[in-house]
Amino acid sequence: MSQPASHYFVPQPSHWPIFGSGALLLMATGAVLWMNKLAAGPYLLSAGFFVLLTMLFGWFANVIGESEGGSYGKNVDVSFRWGMSWFIFSEVMFFAAFFGALFYIRVLSVPDLAEGLSGEFLYQGFSAAWPSAGPGFKGEFSPMGAWGLPAINTALLLTSGVTLTWAHHALIKNNRLHLNLGLAATILLGFLFLFLQVEEYVHAYGELNLKLTTGGYGSTFFMLTGFHGFHVTLGAVMLCVILARCLKGHFKPDHHFGFEGVAWYWHFVDVVWLLLFVLVYWL
Amino acid sequence: MAHEHAIGGHAGHDDHEHHGPPSGIMRWITTTNHKDIGSMYLWFSFIMFLVGGAMALVIRAELFQPGLQVVSPDFFNQMITLHALIMVFGAIMPAFVGFSNWMIPLQIGAPDMAFARMNNWSFWILPVASFLLILSMFVPGGAPGTGWTLYPPLSVQQGMGMDLAIFGIHLLGMSSIMGGINIITTILNMRAPGMTLMKMPMFCWTWLITAFLLIASMPVLAGAVTMLLTDRHFGTTFFNAAGGGDPVLFQHIFWFFGHPEVYIIALPAFGVISQVIPAFSRKPIFGYASMVYAIAAIAIISFFVWAHHMYVTGIPLTGQLYFMYATMIIAVPTGVKVFNWVATMWKGSLSFETPMLFALGFLFLFTLGGFSGLVLAITAVDILLQETYYVIAHFHYVMVAGAVFSAYAGAYYWLPKWTGYMYDETLGKWHFWLTLIFFNMTFFVQHFLGLAGMPRRVPDYALQFTEFNMISSIGAFGLGISQLLFLYIVLKARKSGKKVDAQVWDGAEGLEWTVPSPAPYHTFETPPVFEGGKH
Repeated sequence: MSQPASHYFVPQPSHWPIFGSGALLLMATGAVLWMNKLAAGPYLLSAGFFVLLTMLFGWFANVIGESEGGSYGKNVDVSFRWGMSWFIFSEVMFFAAFFGALFYIRVLSVPDLAEGLSGEFLYQGFSAAWPSAGPGFKGEFSPMGAWGLPAINTALLLTSGVTLTWAHHALIKNNRLHLNLGLAATILLGFLFLFLQVEEYVHAYGELNLKLTTGGYGSTFFMLTGFHGFHVTLGAVMLCVILARCLKGHFKPDHHFGFEGVAWYWHFVDVVWLLLFVLVYWL
Repeated sequence: MAHEHAIGGHAGHDDHEHHGPPSGIMRWITTTNHKDIGSMYLWFSFIMFLVGGAMALVIRAELFQPGLQVVSPDFFNQMITLHALIMVFGAIMPAFVGFSNWMIPLQIGAPDMAFARMNNWSFWILPVASFLLILSMFVPGGAPGTGWTLYPPLSVQQGMGMDLAIFGIHLLGMSSIMGGINIITTILNMRAPGMTLMKMPMFCWTWLITAFLLIASMPVLAGAVTMLLTDRHFGTTFFNAAGGGDPVLFQHIFWFFGHPEVYIIALPAFGVISQVIPAFSRKPIFGYASMVYAIAAIAIISFFVWAHHMYVTGIPLTGQLYFMYATMIIAVPTGVKVFNWVATMWKGSLSFETPMLFALGFLFLFTLGGFSGLVLAITAVDILLQETYYVIAHFHYVMVAGAVFSAYAGAYYWLPKWTGYMYDETLGKWHFWLTLIFFNMTFFVQHFLGLAGMPRRVPDYALQFTEFNMISSIGAFGLGISQLLFLYIVLKARKSGKKVDAQVWDGAEGLEWTVPSPAPYHTFETPPVFEGGKH
């Protein structure tokens, strides 16, 4: 645990965090008002989002400036690695809550409703076969099959993991052309994935009668794939920023944690998708 | 500001060294200094402690005698909910995060926290989140009346106050996760040369593991309240049997967060006690390694005991038995810790200044709270005591006599280091004894109320519970007023306290006592070489 002789970089006072807090205040109150159908809601929410964007631009500009200016030594780099790892771990636990809900509904609560007293008196004739929208659901729906769009999407995301690794190797070998090409390919595959996810949702709502309100199956399907899609969107935006930085000549073969952090995030989103494909679409 | 440092090397750093902080309010809003941020956390938590305490007094005023006299049942329920949320997330957790901000860099010889700007944000999210919680009282329908556990279906039926609480909890979670990442990274990456993990002060060990618990459990709570939100507004059926969901599912997810949360509060308290008892026994802590393993064991087991909060929800008998035994196993590492604290004092050269008094108060009363926890862990007993005042008595022994006593022990112990002035020892002792007596007056009798069957979260009660409730209410007001004495003691120390040296307590060990008192604005900019390690 020996530290290099140089100082650990401690930033100057910054006004960006308070912008962030203001943004969160506006967005939270805006969302609450909107959900309760009060007119000011969407305005507050958008204003908050705008402040949040300003904060993100300003804060990251700060960080990028410090990084390119050489303020971040080896030890700061190690801090970033720990920080990003634990952040991804927190995201894993967030998804775990929703996978846990899927497990519980599918394995415990739906069978329970069809058995015993509740099956005999409350919900006669309710069968526990998964996929299920629960005993109170009126109407028909079809589940999302695994081997259409979802299988194609799996291939897209796995390929994007490969192209990203290609870009990373190119960065280490200082081959800037392949770096940029690999990143651009990754971004393209990411947005293609998102486009197909939207197509899938349109298909679900339009033809399968599968909606967010379609009981336990619909709730878990849309919340899990929806949060995943949201994370892919964030990851793709982050990759775009990294590509822009690469085009400006940022990152060196031995100093590029900004790139690596985003790559870790992308691979994390990839792994979540594999779990989704197996547990939500396939089995 | 972005470009000042772009010149290279350590320009930004040197700037920092030669100029003081910006003046006025902007110092506190923009600060990246761990001591400033630590102080803000501590002040914020004390203010929230008073706010949450005032809510508790509303509850105790209503319960002074049977019948409904002070507030409406609906408002009573809102006070129950907000008192708990504000005390847990607004008072106790920020208090220990404040200690961690102040002390971890000083104890490991680091110049600041690993992510100093993010540290600022972690703090400044808290006032926003607390504002949302308090705002919920003033919207149509009022604050959530569900209790802090927010169980559906009641929480799905509440008004927009519930939405404000849900977003408030999201923000508190964000703040905690960022704080946790910051603390864990600081401890893992910024220790002074020579300070191996097993030579680290015990307070840092407890926070290292607490930070892990925060990062692992807060996102799960975020998931739970998100499902609540979509069930409320977007037609999902996670907690609705008609759609194949189950209200009990919420309890599972909530307590998967909720039980580690108990140790998020308790472990830093253990850490403070593990600093204070050796200092006033003038002996190193007994069984350092076993203390570390005990903390780790408690933290890991805490993820596998959640359903002991749910014995009466109809979980299978095998499940009840498993959760009963798993819960009791936690008493083993906790017992190791209590044994080690006692063994540290054994043949020590003891003195009883205020921090030590609070630490001893902690030791006796927290152990009592642990024992009543063991009683509640027994499924057959818990079925009778579930939702009674016995549970209230149990967790207030853990939360108040555990966490709050420990926070006071830490505050008196480190206050001279923070301010450079000694507090008034006589008044400190008064504060301790008043707190101790009124605390027991408030909560000890609640054991009897619970055993006699008085239900919690109800504003009215049967006549036979009157005497004990009156004693409890008088104790609560005494307890509340005694806490104002602490504010006076702190202000008096800063105004007219005796100046202290770097080594405030003759038995205290650690790098924090090698820097002057008050600790200068910047410390350990060049890492010290750590040669300690009696362990």
